Amino acid sequence: MKQGERTWAFPNPPIILAAGTVVGPDEGEGPLSADFDLVHPDMELQQPSWEKAERALLEQATDIAISNAQLKKDDIEYFVGGDLLNQIISSTFAARTIGAPYIGVFGACSTSMETLALASLMVASGAGDKVLAGTSSHNCTVEKQFRYPTEYGSQKPPTAQYTVTGAGAAVVAREGDGPKVTAATIGKVVDLGIKDPFNMGAAMAPAAVDTIQAHLQDTGREPGYYDLIVTGDLAGVGHPIARELLLRNGVPLQQTTFNDCGLMIYDVAKQKVQAGGSGCACSAVVTYGHLLKRMKKGELKRILVAATGALLSPLSFQQGESIPCIAHAVSIEA
Amino acid sequence: MSMSAKEYKQFAKNREPGRSVLSNCVRAFLAGGAICLIGQGVQEFYKAAFNMPTQKAGDPTVATMILLSVILTSLGVYDKIAQWAGAGSAVPVTGFANSMSSAAIEHRSEGLVLGVGANMFKLAGSVIVFGVVAAFFVGIAHWLFGGAGR
Amino acid sequence: MQYLWAFLVGGAICIIGQLLFDVAKLTPAHTMATLVVAGAVLDGLGLYEPLINFAGAGATVPITSFGNALVHGALTELKEDGWIGVLTGIFKVTSAGVSAAIIFSFLAALVVKPKG
Repeated sequence: MKQGERTWAFPNPPIILAAGTVVGPDEGEGPLSADFDLVHPDMELQQPSWEKAERALLEQATDIAISNAQLKKDDIEYFVGGDLLNQIISSTFAARTIGAPYIGVFGACSTSMETLALASLMVASGAGDKVLAGTSSHNCTVEKQFRYPTEYGSQKPPTAQYTVTGAGAAVVAREGDGPKVTAATIGKVVDLGIKDPFNMGAAMAPAAVDTIQAHLQDTGREPGYYDLIVTGDLAGVGHPIARELLLRNGVPLQQTTFNDCGLMIYDVAKQKVQAGGSGCACSAVVTYGHLLKRMKKGELKRILVAATGALLSPLSFQQGESIPCIAHAVSIEA
Repeated sequence: MSMSAKEYKQFAKNREPGRSVLSNCVRAFLAGGAICLIGQGVQEFYKAAFNMPTQKAGDPTVATMILLSVILTSLGVYDKIAQWAGAGSAVPVTGFANSMSSAAIEHRSEGLVLGVGANMFKLAGSVIVFGVVAAFFVGIAHWLFGGAGR
Repeated sequence: MQYLWAFLVGGAICIIGQLLFDVAKLTPAHTMATLVVAGAVLDGLGLYEPLINFAGAGATVPITSFGNALVHGALTELKEDGWIGVLTGIFKVTSAGVSAAIIFSFLAALVVKPKG
């Protein structure tokens, strides 16, 4: 199963049986709104706090994924989840509701592919079947925890990104009808010294480049093998940097389409989202909502999703540290 | 990764979209000036309505500006103004009140004591601490070098 | 006439703040702390009061005036009570502002929820 330095190539590729995506109002006003299962008109979801609202998003997404897979909660053998909040409470409390054996992970905004990779490994190795992978993020919980109270008047610079309010979940199984997870490349922590938490795109770009290159090297594939390679949330500043670095390193990116979920989820020109989207849910809802639907329609046959995460904490930043980042890549084929 | 950290930092810096400093300064000027204008109006009102000398009118003026800011923060409007105004809404005392009320409102979900009480000075704390420490040193300097107050 | 100066001086102090944001890349907290200290130092040098006489609210509304008020209170008490006055006087002038901010913020937290 191990291919090259750090890629898991699945000889009997696990199947993504179904997915569920839930988003907030800003994402509902974006270009992909029709592809999401549920669009909420407000950020509160009738909950008494932002944190409880984020938890509700994840619970709803997992519910929808399970029902789309024509299963019941009891059929789920494991739940692998993670989010941005301290002690990943959104995932933990959602796991309490789901009731399945639970593995919690922290990968910041790379969690979507980190959880999908782990769920696929569990199925492919025979450790389980019908494994649920999910993640969530909420604009207000992230602002409150990492930056400023939501009503505080701070001016965001053009390099800042807008955290997606949403949740995405997928059920991975040994058999069934659906796109296959053929390989997953595990990222290394990459830190090239960027310290600005308002410019995470530039901080994360080298991690994306590192993982994409490792994936191509390990699998022996060229970019042209894929119809689409997407990064998770490098957005308007990080994505062009990643493109330039890959081309400089001799990767023939021109063979395929190279895009970014943070640029796809919003209309960056019209919506007030500065450089574009970010957050665990960004790559999750774009992949599980939009990209899988395009694959079902036959528009895409093979995609590589490299979700990118910035692994800083408010404390590490205040103590003068730079921002360590990671990217996990999963290849999904029809 | 073929680039060193130093090279990459420069590489990223060159590709960072510039902040439109000039237009930000113009907006800060207009917004800040307007808030001060309102403050001036409030002060004149107190002087006229209550027959107060300028010095005495300062306190109710500040309290009124703070109240206005807390109301705008509560309505969810202050942060929208701030994205446009930048320092123009942060530098006046209304920005100080916004920092305190936004923190208090945000942390209500953690209760009154540990949420509102403990977090209210999250942002404003630095201003108060540094202001008081600076005032202390200025006061001591005056005492030592014979200014003896005024 | 003072209205015009209030507008111009207040706006100018905000421009300094904006430059600290955009050019010096300071956080809002760092910027406000810097301006407060500047106001304190200017009053120590006897320069802030004349600015207030001239520009009115243009000098009393920005956060620099908070630094000025802290020093003012300290120096007034220093004259009355000697060195202990530096400690007893610091919050005298600013009491209205700090108290108002605490009280109104608390009341706001009781009444409204954040809107995001």
